[in-house]
Order: sequence, then C-alpha cells, then structure tokens
Amino acid sequence: MGFEFIEGNEAIARGAMRAGCDFYASYPITPASSILHYMNEFVPHKGGTVIQAEDEIASMGFCLGASMAGRKVLTATSGPGISLYSENIGLAIMGETPIVIVNVQRQGPATGSATKGAEGDIQFTRWVTSGGMPIIALSPATVEDAYRLTYIAFNFAEKFRTPVFVMSSKDLGVTQESCDLDSVELPPLVNRKKIEPGLAEYLPHHFDKLEDVPAFSEFGGDYIARYTTSMHDKAAYLTTNPATIQEMIDHFSAKIESAIDEISLYREDVQDGADTLIISYGITSRSVNVAVNEARKKGKKVSSLVLQTLWPCPEKVIKSAMKGMKKIIVPEMNMGQYIIEIERLAPPDAEVVGVLKMDTTLVAPSEILSKGGLL
Amino acid sequence: MTDKIGPLPFCPGCGHTTLINALDKALVKLQLDPLNVVIVTDIGCIGLSDRYFTTHGFHGLHGRSITYACGLKLARPDLTVITIMGDGATGIGGTHFLNVARRNIGITLIIGNNFNYGMTGGQHSVTTPSDGITSSTPWGNPEGPMDLCGTAAAAGGAWVYRATMFDNDLSDKIADAISQPGFAMMDVWELCTAYYMPKNQLKKKELFELLDSYGFKTGLVADNPRPEYSIKYRQQFEAAKLTYKDKPKIEPKFKHSVKRQTGIIIAGSAGQKIKSAATLLAEGGIFAGLHVTQKDDYPITVQTGHSVAEIIFSPEVIDYTGIESPDYFVLISEDGLKRTKAKIQKLPETCVLYASDDLELPETKAKVRRLPFNALAKEVGKLSLSTASLALMLADSGLYPVEAFETAIKTFSSEKIADINLKAAEAGVKLLTESTSA
Repeated sequence: MGFEFIEGNEAIARGAMRAGCDFYASYPITPASSILHYMNEFVPHKGGTVIQAEDEIASMGFCLGASMAGRKVLTATSGPGISLYSENIGLAIMGETPIVIVNVQRQGPATGSATKGAEGDIQFTRWVTSGGMPIIALSPATVEDAYRLTYIAFNFAEKFRTPVFVMSSKDLGVTQESCDLDSVELPPLVNRKKIEPGLAEYLPHHFDKLEDVPAFSEFGGDYIARYTTSMHDKAAYLTTNPATIQEMIDHFSAKIESAIDEISLYREDVQDGADTLIISYGITSRSVNVAVNEARKKGKKVSSLVLQTLWPCPEKVIKSAMKGMKKIIVPEMNMGQYIIEIERLAPPDAEVVGVLKMDTTLVAPSEILSKGGLL
Repeated sequence: MTDKIGPLPFCPGCGHTTLINALDKALVKLQLDPLNVVIVTDIGCIGLSDRYFTTHGFHGLHGRSITYACGLKLARPDLTVITIMGDGATGIGGTHFLNVARRNIGITLIIGNNFNYGMTGGQHSVTTPSDGITSSTPWGNPEGPMDLCGTAAAAGGAWVYRATMFDNDLSDKIADAISQPGFAMMDVWELCTAYYMPKNQLKKKELFELLDSYGFKTGLVADNPRPEYSIKYRQQFEAAKLTYKDKPKIEPKFKHSVKRQTGIIIAGSAGQKIKSAATLLAEGGIFAGLHVTQKDDYPITVQTGHSVAEIIFSPEVIDYTGIESPDYFVLISEDGLKRTKAKIQKLPETCVLYASDDLELPETKAKVRRLPFNALAKEVGKLSLSTASLALMLADSGLYPVEAFETAIKTFSSEKIADINLKAAEAGVKLLTESTSA
C-alpha cells in the first residue's frame, strides 16, 4: 500500500513486469522512449533481455523470434513506429504470435507537431497490416489503467496468440500522476496453452473448431516447431489450397470474435432518464468525466460510456448503451475515427455529434459541453 | 533433411541445391540435435529451403530473417540458429546485416549469392556485377556490386568467409561457420540458371574470372573473435551488481487545505532543475493526502531554453489534466517568461504570480508578487532557485504544510542534494516572511 508519483510509461512497464514479460525490444521515439528505460531497470533482474534495435522493423523481428522461443514480449513505439511495424504485425497474425505492442500516440501525420498529444491512430490500428485481420486494442485513460490494461494485454496476447495493442498517448505516457498500483485489481495471470508432451507430431496451427487457439510448442522445445509468413495449413506448411486458406483466415477471425464478450472492457456511468450519451476512450474520457459532472450540476441528464477495448469493436456494449438515446456525443483527439463505428451502430433516429480536434491540446470539458450542446 | 515433401524445388543446376545439400551435410557432420537447431529463412527462392530440414523452421518476411534469428538467439542462447538468405534479402535487410555483425550475436548467416532476384523474375540486386544484364537493367547495370564479406568485416563480423558453390570443402566450411560462438557469415557465390547465367553467359569459368576481376578476398576474410552478445550482455549486467529496489511509497501523514482542483505553473530555464523541484512539490502534496498530476514542457535540446512544469493538486481524483486557469504561477527566468508570455497575459485575477523582480512582465490581471529571485539564487545556488521559489509559493498559499514538502525532499532527494534542497526551501520561506513584513 501507499502512493507513488509515476508517468503512464512507467505504469505500462510495471504492468508488463507484473504479467511476467521477459523480453523487450524497441527503437527510441518520443514520447515512448522512457518505456525502454524502465524496462532496462526491471527486466534484466528477472533474467530477461532488453535490447535497443537498429530500427522499428528489427524491434518487431526480435520480439517475434523471442516470443516463438517462449518469451513474453513487449515492444513500444509511437505512431510513426507503428508504420514500420506494420508488415511484421501481419506476420504475428499469420504465425499466431503473442506480442504486446504499445503505441504512445503523438500528433501526426508524419513527424507531426513533435512531440504533442493526439489519439489519431485508432483506425490505423484496426487496419494496421495488409490483409486486414482482427487484432485486439485496449485504450487506457489513467496511470492505473495503463498498468492494468498492459497486464490484461499480455493475458489476451497469450490466450488468443495474437498481437495486442495498448493505445496510450503522449498526455498519459509522460504525465506523472499520484497513484496506488498495489490497489489495482488484476485478473489471474494467463500463459499460453502449451502442447502436451508425447504426441507423435506437433501441428503449430492445430484447431478442431475455428475459434480454438492452437496449443504452443516453443522453438527449442520438445517438438519440431515451424513458422511461416505464407498461407499455411495446420502443420505450418505453405498451401495454395483455397479451402485450407479460407479455413485459416476464418480461424484468425473466429478465435478473437468468438471471445468478444470477454475482450470487451468498458466503464459505464448511467443516469436514469438520460437521452444523451457520451462515448469516449483514452485520455479524452477523463474530460468527459468532468463534462458529465458539470452537465448534471446544470440539471442535464447525460450518461457516459468509456471504452477500454476499442478493437474488436465492442458492438454489443455500444448498441446496448445507445438504446433509446436521442443524442450521442463522441469527443476524439482526431478528426473523427471511432465515430465511424458509432455512426454505423447508432439508432436510426439518434443524432451523432463529434467533438473533434487534433490541435495537440486535450479536448477540454468546456468544449464537450459547448459543442455537445450541454450548456 | 526430410524427403517427406519431395526433392528440393530449385531449377536444374541452381546453386541453391548445392548449398542446401552442403548445409545438410554439415549438420549431419556436427551431429546436432534437430530440436536445438533453427533454420531461419525469408523471401526469395532460397527461402523455400527451411521446410526441407528436420530442424525447427522459421520462414519470415523479406530481408528480416536476421532479426527473427537474433530474437530466437537472444531468448535462447543455447540454440544453434542458422539464417539462410539470398542477395536480394541481404540488400533490403542491409541494416540488420550490418548490425548483427557489429553486435556479434551468435547466429550463422549463409547468403546464397546468385547476383539477382530469382523469385520475382531476375531483377538486379546489391551484388549484380556492373554492366550485368537483368530484367531491371536490360542494357546493363549502372550500379556497382557490394562486397558482402568486406562489408560484414568492416562492420566487425567475427567470422567472415567467401566461398563458391564449386568449392569441394563447402560443407566443411559451413560446419566451421556453425561452430563459431559469435556471428559467422558466409557469402556463397552461385549460378542462377534461370536468369543471370543465361542472360550474362556466366558459367563456372566466368564466375571465377569475375571473382578475380573484383579483387575481393576469398576464403576466410575476417577472423575477429570476441565475446558473443548474449553472453556479454549477461556478464555486463552481473558485473554491474545492480540491486533492484522499489521506490519508496508515500503514506499521507499531513493535512492540506485544497478545496478544489488547483493549478500551479512554474516557468524557468533549462538547468534550473524545474522538473525535479516540481516533482518534489507534487510528492509533498501526496504526503499531504492530495491527488496530483505533473506535466513538463522543455525543448528536445534539454540543456538550453525554457523549462516549464504544470502541477495540479486536488482533494478528488484528477480527471482533466489541463490547466485552463492557473491559481499560482511561479516565474523565475527570462526563458520561462518567453515561453509562457501568452499564458501570463491571460491569467485571471484570482491567480497569484510570483515573478522575479528583474523581468519585464506583460499586462496581466493576476496578483503580481515581485520577488528578488536573483538574490535568492545567489544565496541558495542557481540549481536550487526552483525549490526555493516553490517553497515560497507553498508557504504563501498554504496549500499544504511546508513540512510535507521537506518530507518529500528527505524521502526522494539523493543524500548529496537533500541538504541543499532543504536549505533552499528554508531560504524560500524566509524570503516570503521578509517580503511580507517589508
């Protein structure tokens, strides 16, 4: 027990350590660089390895190799680095590789306003690689969230053998906050399911039902392991058979989409009789908390839904929260990315209002109140 | 090797078949347990080869096989990790090629170098000879070839060897490469019977003539043994004898008088320890039971220009971490003034501005307190003015007891600096008393 004064980046490193992370590779980029420093402070003490790679492509390559050798791996970068991660993220999906990828988002495009805040990589993350398969993305709002969601990201990565993104931001990553991480409640730790010993052969991508997650045998383990960037059968041998290819593609989606209820993390603040709902995520959700309190003080009835899971889109949660709403306000530190999901899911008679900007500053509570018509 | 999936897939006469068979022979000679061997390949004709081995096989993205191999080796230094790439992959993955040699990560890299891209239709690569005809240099290659061994050697490659597909001792040399504890690299010159050979009349005789004409070294090009990376990494860490200690936790034990979210800004220059002093003020607040946030603003050239810190104190959880309307503003240098001029002009009348008396302030509604901060800096040292001025602000505002600030200093400052900081805080409080009574 007791309080600390730490930044979001440290909370992410601590969450990773709590999850048993023992391999970290990254390339320096503001505002994510200090995660490399924190991991250097923590990981070697546990017998793990931290390495600064020659570039972002190598960061991902090191992590994928280490993960397939059985390590729990983390890498961290900012938006420009995700651009360079893109191809290897596809490989992680293809090879069903557990990896947690932190994006401490900064304003863009390109170098942007170095180095100022934004949350502009939301749709980029959903469609981050060629082929467009599902990934998991979590969005922390506070230092405690950054700790807890990074820990959970490892659980998801291990359980579903997939890349999991922690969508932090400059304003969370390098802002220090008083917090008590020991009081943060965490679910039980999950490690990837290992293949049982003594089988005649190991099929790296074995599944009976499409949604099954294959059991894992590491490189250097008791079975000969195979891994490939190409469309493959369950034995990880290249295939050109359309039926086998379609089945593998369906498997990549099914293992994540079938677990959407488990993956959908969110926080709701419901007011009885409200017909206005604010849907937010990340650092902006904290401005929403203030705006909701202000609006209620003025006698307005307003509810709030804060999404901690952005991808796969928690459609059931969003639809249920929007039921009966006349107005849905979506503040974002981008020019309208998650609002696309809200618009497609909103009741037909509901008005969807964006409070959108990417001028590097936080969306202020006053902006949500005024642009959302809550004054 | 396995014959389960048929014979090697390469064109008749292709050097890759010779090379892969020689690798197989080397592995048999070394009698390594297949469960301890990983063959890593990537894109290109030669990337088709990993699946023919009964070892672990990792087939990755074009030019990146070195990175996967390094990840495997760093995670499991006990494994024998062998990367096979073509000259195309070596080109696109050039930085990995340089850096693995420089770092001396103990993988074996075997390059099947046939002077062009076979898989995509015979385009030129980084090793295509000058004037060579390829599908992308139809009237001759204007580029010059890269000396792969020379490059690896220049980058510090521990064991670098040039061979050809015609060498009788090829498998023995591959076995030597695999047996190296550090990074070992082989550039194996080959014929591409589908493209480069017919287009350029490059047969065995011409291949050797080409090799002669370059003046490149053959055989062992570099022998530069030194500790392997993952071993050195561990040794260095152990030698540093670091012990990991959690930072002290803060148990609130003082009272505060903060009724609502309160914003404080301190603006000064790089080198004035603004960030550290602000963190101590923040930690003092936590000792007084407050919720606190801190944001810092300074240029990337950290030892020059401004340094500004924004602190929020609140009795409740802090949601919005921006300060729209500061309550206290501490201004201790010209750099700080330049950076925050627009903010100062917009300060509300409820804000107290503690400003160094030598600064020319813009018009502001804030209650301005002019203070002899330069004299204070002379007294406490210029590195401690930030701590002193914040103590002054704290004593004046009464946000929380100065004793809590001192507790933060004692808890979190290094022994050497704690005394200096405590004296600075004391001097700040004393200046407040003097300036108030005056």
